[in-house]
Amino acid sequence: MSNGIALGAFTLAALIVTVPLFLILGTVVYRGLPALNWSFFTQIPKPIGETGGGMANAIVGSLMLLGVASAIGIPLGIGTGVFLAEYGRNKWGNVVRFTADVLNGVPSIVIGMTAWALVVVSQKHFSLLAGSVALGIMMIPIISRTTEEVLLLVPQPIREAAWGLGIPHWRTTLSVVIPTASSGIVTAIMLAFARIAGETAPLMFTAFGNAFWNIRLDQPTAALPLQIYRYALMPYEQAHQQAWTAALILITIIMLTVIVFRWFAGRSAIKGAL
Amino acid sequence: MYTVPKPPAAGASQPAEAGSTTSTPAESKPLAMIPKSRLRTKESFFADAAFRTVVAGCALALLVSVALIFFELVSQSHLSRSKFGFQFLIQSIWDPVAEDFGALPFIYGTLVSSFVALLIAVPLSLGTALFLTEICPRQIRAVLSLLVELLAAIPSVIYGLWAIFVLAPFLRFYVQPFLAKYLGWTGLFTGPKYGWGMLAAGVILAIMILPIISSITREVIRAVPRQQREAALALGATRWEMLRISVLRNARTGILGAIILGLGRAFGETMAVTMVIGNRPQIVKSLFAPGYTLASVIANEFTEAVGDMHLSVLTEAALILFAITLVVNAMAGLLVWSITRGAPSRTLA
Repeated sequence: MSNGIALGAFTLAALIVTVPLFLILGTVVYRGLPALNWSFFTQIPKPIGETGGGMANAIVGSLMLLGVASAIGIPLGIGTGVFLAEYGRNKWGNVVRFTADVLNGVPSIVIGMTAWALVVVSQKHFSLLAGSVALGIMMIPIISRTTEEVLLLVPQPIREAAWGLGIPHWRTTLSVVIPTASSGIVTAIMLAFARIAGETAPLMFTAFGNAFWNIRLDQPTAALPLQIYRYALMPYEQAHQQAWTAALILITIIMLTVIVFRWFAGRSAIKGAL
Repeated sequence: MYTVPKPPAAGASQPAEAGSTTSTPAESKPLAMIPKSRLRTKESFFADAAFRTVVAGCALALLVSVALIFFELVSQSHLSRSKFGFQFLIQSIWDPVAEDFGALPFIYGTLVSSFVALLIAVPLSLGTALFLTEICPRQIRAVLSLLVELLAAIPSVIYGLWAIFVLAPFLRFYVQPFLAKYLGWTGLFTGPKYGWGMLAAGVILAIMILPIISSITREVIRAVPRQQREAALALGATRWEMLRISVLRNARTGILGAIILGLGRAFGETMAVTMVIGNRPQIVKSLFAPGYTLASVIANEFTEAVGDMHLSVLTEAALILFAITLVVNAMAGLLVWSITRGAPSRTLA
């Protein structure tokens, strides 16, 4: 009888765990849909009290932040992953692996503070670049760990065949091994992307937010998660509505990315970090 | 003395085992085992060395980033550390005007909210992990595990948004009266029922750390050898007895590691907690009361800090947070590694 109770308890636990997901997604859709219209994507925020207005600057700002962050994080992440897979089967590799895990566990606000100290303080103003540096640093451990896993899954005979043909080691890695593992690497990049897209804390004192358009690297920029945070805390119903709609857009992008790439990852047995 | 050399391992030599000492042809050995003299005669020596340098440079950038984080935290907090010293950790005052600071309420808030989260999350995530690995029919396993991982994909600020407008009112009108009525005698559920506060922060943190604990627990349970389960079943154990005797007992260390990893994640969580914890630096027994965590005070006050001392104090708070999460994550990693034996971990941190 305790068998039945225990197994029933586990099943109940699994059911309970899925409830918050549907509650949250459902609430975001239900509350965000009413204000989802064309002006949300094309206008910048209007003052409270005026109708209309949107978060176009935040959407563009987020995309730019993610773009520049990717330019920093992807090459460094893949490079580190290649190092760990091809040259990292030793003490130094273990040091790098441990450091990557450490970096993965550092709270994002601490990374934001480092980017503040490095970029904002020296340049004496908030900037898109500072926000991207913070986000890029966060991408590195996620991408490097999955890239290492994926590269290790490439069978050794493939490398040996290339070496046997006289292809040097560096060329083998670049032209044979990495393309073979490319789908896994792309999955890693997209999952890191999805993780970074929702980060707010590192942007709070680097990109800082902006009520107007900005596409310059050296100016503060609006970002979707920042806007959600600020609007949620305002005492106006209109702001709350905007926050829900922004949340709807953000979560749609992230969920689609994660579902699509997790499905592919499941197929090719790559379980990347999220 | 003549010893027969062992034949090379059947099939491909596995890249993970670099310590192979069998006499395979030079080209199929891992790069590290090829004698340097043979490497240097290759035409591509310089290109290989250049590639290796570039790639090692990327890894070095990672090491430098972490070193920079530590360095910046230490140097920016120097002002505060030299003025307050150890007192900072045990004082409760927070007075930016008089420049007198003490981090005790924040440390308390961080610890309490995280432990409340653990209390709620651990049974649920262990149950989910056991369900997914042992009971779940294969067809729905992929879907269900995807759902649990989607929980990890939701950004923290959206959790906070939901917590403010849905969770807090729910707690205020349905849960807190119930708790105050039946469990108020413990002293943990007394005081005005705001809805938000330490309890709300604990609940939302619990939802956020569920996927991590569940995912690593599944890894660890999968690492328990099949023979253990089969042996228990062969002795006549029921399903639950088999799980208790062979799986849970063997995976104990790893499960502890998973829990500690979840704890580490809860310590560092900023946005969702800031939005519902009430932001009042105080040490109160009741879970209904507002509180404040290390991460929240940094998020709230950093951009408005007036004066170098205030900034320095907030940086010291970040340093404490960094140190706590470092220790916790290192401990957890060690525990989990001891079970999965260095197989690349699939964490959701």
